[in-house]
Amino acid sequence: MAKEFIEGSMAVAEGAALCRPDVISAYPITPQTHIVEDLAQFVADGKLSCEFVNTESEFGAASVVLGAQCAGARAYTATTSQGLILMSEVLFNVAGMRLPLVMCVANRSLSAPLSIWTDHQDIVTLRDSGFIIMFAEDAQEALDLHMIAYKVAEDKRVQLPVMINIDGFLITHTFEPVDVPEQAEVDKFLKPYVPFQALDPKNPYTMGAFTEPAYHMDVRYAMHKANVDSASVIEEVSAEFEKHFGRAAGGLVQGYKLDDAETVLVAFGSITGLLEEAVDAMREKGQKVGVLKIKTYRPFPFEAVKKALAGKKRVIVLDRAMSGGFGEILGAEIRSALYGVSGQPAIDGYIYGLGGRDIFIEDVEKLVADPNPGTHNGDWIGVRHDILEEA
Amino acid sequence: MSKVVIRPGIIVQPGTSKENKTGSWRNYAPKFDKEKCIACGQCETYCPESIVYGDKEHKFDADLDYCKGCGICAQVCPTKCIEMVLEVR
Amino acid sequence: MDNLKEKLMKKHLLAPGHTACAGCGEALGMRMIIDAIGPNCIVANATGCSEIFTSKFPQSSWEVPWVHSLFENAAGVASGIEAAYKAKGRTDVKTVAIGGDGATADIGMGVISGMFERGHNILYVCLDNEAYMNTGIQRSSLTPFKAHTTTSPSGKVSLGNPTRKKDLMAIALAHRVGYVASCSLANPIDLEKKVKKAVEHKGPSFIHFHAPCPLGWAFESDQTVNIAKLAVNTGLFPVLEYENGELIKVAKIKKVPVDDYLKLQKRYRHLFKTDEGKEFIKGIQAIADANIEKFGLAK
Repeated sequence: MAKEFIEGSMAVAEGAALCRPDVISAYPITPQTHIVEDLAQFVADGKLSCEFVNTESEFGAASVVLGAQCAGARAYTATTSQGLILMSEVLFNVAGMRLPLVMCVANRSLSAPLSIWTDHQDIVTLRDSGFIIMFAEDAQEALDLHMIAYKVAEDKRVQLPVMINIDGFLITHTFEPVDVPEQAEVDKFLKPYVPFQALDPKNPYTMGAFTEPAYHMDVRYAMHKANVDSASVIEEVSAEFEKHFGRAAGGLVQGYKLDDAETVLVAFGSITGLLEEAVDAMREKGQKVGVLKIKTYRPFPFEAVKKALAGKKRVIVLDRAMSGGFGEILGAEIRSALYGVSGQPAIDGYIYGLGGRDIFIEDVEKLVADPNPGTHNGDWIGVRHDILEEA
Repeated sequence: MSKVVIRPGIIVQPGTSKENKTGSWRNYAPKFDKEKCIACGQCETYCPESIVYGDKEHKFDADLDYCKGCGICAQVCPTKCIEMVLEVR
Repeated sequence: MDNLKEKLMKKHLLAPGHTACAGCGEALGMRMIIDAIGPNCIVANATGCSEIFTSKFPQSSWEVPWVHSLFENAAGVASGIEAAYKAKGRTDVKTVAIGGDGATADIGMGVISGMFERGHNILYVCLDNEAYMNTGIQRSSLTPFKAHTTTSPSGKVSLGNPTRKKDLMAIALAHRVGYVASCSLANPIDLEKKVKKAVEHKGPSFIHFHAPCPLGWAFESDQTVNIAKLAVNTGLFPVLEYENGELIKVAKIKKVPVDDYLKLQKRYRHLFKTDEGKEFIKGIQAIADANIEKFGLAK
C-alpha cells in the first residue's frame, strides 16, 4: 500500500483509531493537541465510533479512562508534560488496579521555567508508576506501537497499562511518509478486548478495595512482577507484529552497528535517529561506534542491555532529563545493569537537550573523542555558564 | 474466614463483610419486648447495620452477631419497647 | 431461630459487617440510598469514611458493582463508566457517584463541575457529615459556622470554624443540573422518593444528604436520627427539591430554636461558655431564620 505523507500526530491518531477504542478522553496541551484534534475529527466525521469525552483537566481525563477501563471498555488518552504529572495520581492507580489502558505521551519538559519543547522529564518522573513504558523513534513506529501496546497490555499474563512515548514537536509536528494499515489487517492482529473483570450488575464485584499491611505489599509485588515478566510478552508481540505487517516495531532494545562496535551510544527517544547518523559519520573516519536504542524503558531491559553492552570498551549514555540533586537517570540505570558483569565497559553519562535544546552530530563526536572514558557522571552538555549568575 | 486470593485489580466478592461479626464491639444490647412491639418497623428502617428484622407475626429483633449497640432502635421506637441492656461477657 | 432470622431479614444492597462507627448516620443514609437505587447500578465511591468502612480487603459490604479509585475523582470515574456503557449500548444500567463533603465541595469540585457540565447520565450523591471525619475531624468547606473541628478548633482567641457552609445545591443548579434535591434521615420516605426520581432523571442529578456523625459532632450514638430531625426543624438543613431549576417542594418544619440542636453536640459546646459564643449562637439562629424565610420552610 502507498504511504501517506502525514503529521506524526495524525499517525498517532490513526494508530489509536485502528485499535477501535470504546472511550477516548483527553484535555488539550501542547504539543499533544493535534493528536486529540485529529481523533475528535475522526469521531465528528463518523470515521471512528466511540465516546469522546472532553474533560475539565488531564486529571479528569485520566479518571474518565480509568472508569471506562473498570467498566470493561478499551480506553485511550494522550497528554504530555504538566498534563502527565497532573494525571500522575490517577495513573499510579490505573497501574495498581491492573487496567490495560494505552496512552500516548508527547514528551515535553516540566516547568519551571515554562517550556513547551521536548525533553523526557515528564516520562522519567512517571517511571515508577507501574506502567509499561515504550518509545517510538518516528511517526511510523508511533502508529505501530499502538497495536503492540494494546495487545501487550490486554494479555492475560500482563494486565498492565502502557505509555507510548514520542518526542514532542520532533515527532508530533513533523510530516513523514507513513504506512497506515487497513482496518481489516489490524483486526486480524488485535482482537476485541475481553476484560479480566468489569463493573457489571450481572456480577457485582468490588474493585479498588483498600489494603492493610497484611496485603498491600503482596498486591504491589504482583504488579511489579507482571511488569518485569511482560518483557517476554513484549518481545513475542513485537515479533508477531513484524511477521504480520512486514516491518519491525517495538521490542525491548534495538542495536545499530553494534556487532563490532567498541563504543556504544545509549539513549531513548528521537535522538536515536541522530545517533545513527553520527555513527555513520564516525565510521567513515574509521571509528568503531554503534547505538543501543532503549525501546522499552519499563520493564527495564536488564538482560538485553547486558547482552548488548558487556564486553564493549566504552558506553556513553545520553539522558534528556535529570534527577534534581542526583543527575543522570538512564545513565544510573545502565550503570546498575552493568555493575559487576564480566567485561564491564567504561561508562559515561551526559545530560543533553533539556527544554528542546538542539544537539548536533558534532556534539556527539566530541563525546566519543573525549580522552578520559569513565570519568563523566551526569555531566551537562552545553550549559551556558557565561550567562549564569552563580552565587 | 474464607481463603484470601489476591487477583489483579484487587477484586473482592460482593457482600463478604458479613464474615466480619461486629457484634463484639457492643457494650449494650437491645432487648425487644415482643408484647409491647406494634411491628411498625421503625427500628428496622433506622438500623445503620441493616440487621433488625421482623414482621407482624413474629415482631422485631436484632441480629446480635452484628449489632454494635448504638441504641438508635431504642430511641426511634414509638412504644419504647426496646431496652438497651449492659452485656456482661 | 436462625432460619426465622434468615427468612425475615430484608436483603439490603449494603451488607452488615461494615466497620462504620456505632450509630453512623452516613452508613444508615448510604444504605437507604443504595436500596432506593436498586441493584441495576454501578457505584464509583470517593475515598472517605464510606469507602473505608465498606471495602477493607478481602471483604466488601457492597452487593452492587462498586469501584474506588481516589479521593477527588469519583465523578470522573463515574463519567468513564457511563461513557463505557453508552459505547456498549447498555444504557439501562444506572451510574452513581458517591463522595463525602470534602470529596464533593473541596477536593473533587472541579471534576464534579466537568461531570455536571458534560451532561452525563449520572446521579452524584454527597454524604455530608460536615468535616473530614475519616482523617480525624478536620474542617471542610461544608463545616458549619463556628463548629469546632481539629483544624478549626475553639481556643482563647477563636471560637471554631469562621466560615459558613458552601451552597452546594446552588453550584449544581448553576450547572443547569436537571434534578437537585436535599434529603435527611428525618424523612426516609421522602429520601427514597427523591433518590428514585434522581436516578431516573435523564442527565446529571444531585442529592445532598445530611449525615450526622456521632464521632465528629460528638453526640451519643443513639441520637443520630434525633439530630438529623433537629437539623431540619431548626432550618439549618433545608430539605428541598428542584426540577429543571425550579424549587418544586420544601419540607415544612416545626420550628425549633437552634440551641436545641447545638446543645446536643459537643462540637458547639464552646459557644455556650462565653458571651462572645452566645452572640455567635445568635448568628447561627440568623442563618436558620434566613433559610426559613428564603425557602418558605415554616408551616
